[in-house]
Amino acid sequence: MAVLNDEQTMLRDMAREWADNEAPTTAFRKMRDAAPVEGYDADAWAAMGQMGWAGVIIPEEFGGSAFGYLSLGLVLEQLGRNLAASPLAATAAASTAIALGDNEAAKAEWLPRIAAGEIVATLAIDEGPVHDPAKTATRVTDGKLTGTKQFVAEGDGAQLFVVSAVDGLYLVSGDVGVSRSARHMADSRSHAQVVFDGAKAEKLGGTDLTAKVVDRATAALCAEMLGMAEQAFAVTNDYLKVRVQFGQQLSTFQALQHRMAKMFTELELARSAVEGALEAIDAGRSDVDQAVSLAKAIMGDTLHLVSREMVQLHGGIGMTDEHDAGLYLKRAYVLETMWGNAAWHRERFARLNGY
Amino acid sequence: MATAAELDVSVNPLDAFRTEVREWLAANFPPALKGKDNAMSAIDGPTDLSADEAAWKKAMGDKGWGVPTWPAQYGGGGLDRGQARVLQEEMGRIGAWNPIGGMGVMMFGPTLLEYGNEAQKSEHIPAIAKGEVRWCQGYSEPGAGSDLASLQMFAEDKGNHYVVNGQKTWTSGGQWADKCFALVRTDKSKKHEGISFLLIDMTSPGVEVKPIRLISGSSPFCETFFTDVKVPKENLVGQEGEGWTIGKRLLQHERQNLSGGGSAAGRMFAGKSVSALAKEYRGLDDQGRVTDSDLRMRIVRHEMDSRAFMLTLRRAALESKSNQGPSAATSIMKNVGARITQDRAELSIEIMGMNGLGWEGEGFTDEELTQTRTWLWGKAVSIYGGSSEIQNNVIAKRILGMLDHQ
Repeated sequence: MAVLNDEQTMLRDMAREWADNEAPTTAFRKMRDAAPVEGYDADAWAAMGQMGWAGVIIPEEFGGSAFGYLSLGLVLEQLGRNLAASPLAATAAASTAIALGDNEAAKAEWLPRIAAGEIVATLAIDEGPVHDPAKTATRVTDGKLTGTKQFVAEGDGAQLFVVSAVDGLYLVSGDVGVSRSARHMADSRSHAQVVFDGAKAEKLGGTDLTAKVVDRATAALCAEMLGMAEQAFAVTNDYLKVRVQFGQQLSTFQALQHRMAKMFTELELARSAVEGALEAIDAGRSDVDQAVSLAKAIMGDTLHLVSREMVQLHGGIGMTDEHDAGLYLKRAYVLETMWGNAAWHRERFARLNGY
Repeated sequence: MATAAELDVSVNPLDAFRTEVREWLAANFPPALKGKDNAMSAIDGPTDLSADEAAWKKAMGDKGWGVPTWPAQYGGGGLDRGQARVLQEEMGRIGAWNPIGGMGVMMFGPTLLEYGNEAQKSEHIPAIAKGEVRWCQGYSEPGAGSDLASLQMFAEDKGNHYVVNGQKTWTSGGQWADKCFALVRTDKSKKHEGISFLLIDMTSPGVEVKPIRLISGSSPFCETFFTDVKVPKENLVGQEGEGWTIGKRLLQHERQNLSGGGSAAGRMFAGKSVSALAKEYRGLDDQGRVTDSDLRMRIVRHEMDSRAFMLTLRRAALESKSNQGPSAATSIMKNVGARITQDRAELSIEIMGMNGLGWEGEGFTDEELTQTRTWLWGKAVSIYGGSSEIQNNVIAKRILGMLDHQ
């Protein structure tokens, strides 16, 4: 855990307590079974708005607290631990685009409302099944945006879209020319195809802004993944201490102890990489792109390892829908794929380092 | 978070100290030695010092800055952490390096400061601080490796002295050492509680040292035989039977250094990166990629691993500096440090092809020959100081609270 100031410690403790009391995995199951169109728990989102979490990275002049990305990461990590179904990560990523862009009117109009938790916003970037910002066909002519975006997180419920086009990022706030189709996926969360057909769009910035925003969204996602991996590991470790076979708790077997020690080792490295990326953003460093690719690749590999071992080490019970292991496994694979998987980020890291 | 006083340079009390350090270094560090850290540690063997090196070692030894945070009354620098950091920064700025090293500094000194009595500290610590006495470690025995507590070397109580009989092995730098800190058995009826921590003069009659030739061709380790060696009672550190506790504390210092938490970190990451080596030996394709795609991805994995490790070293240092207590991250350092060292060596060999496997003589550059030996020597890293398997046991039991077999 990075060294935190008093505000950050309070924020983390509050988020942890709230997630444990108000958003345990049973709450996620309830949402899954009720299957609301928007794909998240509206009451929980309203509570997050009141606690100011939607404004953690929004500048104070627009009603946010400007605590920064490490702070946002602390909240997302706690939510990730319990698989809390909230649009916070997507909304924060979209607010970053507005805040970092050069459209002052859009800042004044939208950031205060996002900070207050009144608006669910999201990024609409990819046009295929794997992350590939270079393959963008979406175009804007005379302020009208046309293109098809795939697997838009929170796309079913978002009121505001930040959309990438060949020449940069745009804001689409109206319903005219926007149609959505739900894509029901393994993680039971909202992912939608969104077709823009001449939708009214305001420009936020060029393609350099697109890259910057996707990096920040990726770093925030890594924090959610870190929380998931920590919890999947802790639940597994606890289970090994109670499950008895051959007259011994599983926790006493060295073959399993060494697998757990290996996972713990990878988790510690992943935490350093994820916190390193968030701190690089807060410090305004010039190598944020490398720090983010490092974090996403290592976090992705680590969550992959821990989530599949969670199922394996729980044995048959881990295969049942009644147990949480499957929920972690399914969400893990979706997040591993989102914004580029580990292989994609290793490739990018090599290129950024000139080999 | 930095306090207001730390951010405000005008009221920072370290500024005066920084000026003092700068002036002292300017007066004492021979510029010709800039960046020429020849790592004069016990493991590297004795070094014939040039006049500049000898002068620099003497200056640092007299000042106590080779062991900056040790108490001044025993010849240390007496600096607090903030001052020690300033010293390190200022030395780094001008390419100066610490000429005082070895096992006395890394492991034995800190342990003796904690457990030794007044007479022992006064006798041994100043000599270590000046780099005048070379220490070796008498822990492992032929029958006691990972199961160290099964050691058999016996110290028989003869009233005012002990008589020691037995054999130690893997004694790093034993052939050059003046003294040995050893774990010996003083009670055969108890395993852990029968072990004591004893200081033995290597020039005593009955001590015999035989270097062991390793796969890398070098002999940094020895077999050390003790036959009726007389050791005065005042050389016992702590109480009889307290050796296991003291010995484990020393191992913590050892692991911290081996993992790169100490001076080894700089060496581990010194020199060319693996990707730079690949560009030089393999070249890039017209897309700017290392030509062998499988190798290229393994290089990326390794370089990412190294960066995550460096971020973890930094995080653990910050965590232990704040009031969060010792970081759980330190438990992973030895194994990750070992894996990175070994991956790096294997990748380098692979990149160089046959040139990376030269043993000696013509047809190879010095860098290539060094690479071969570094690769082979590096196999020791996951074995010594508690093997990787032992480290995993420690993580499972101490950190994760996993259970003992019934």
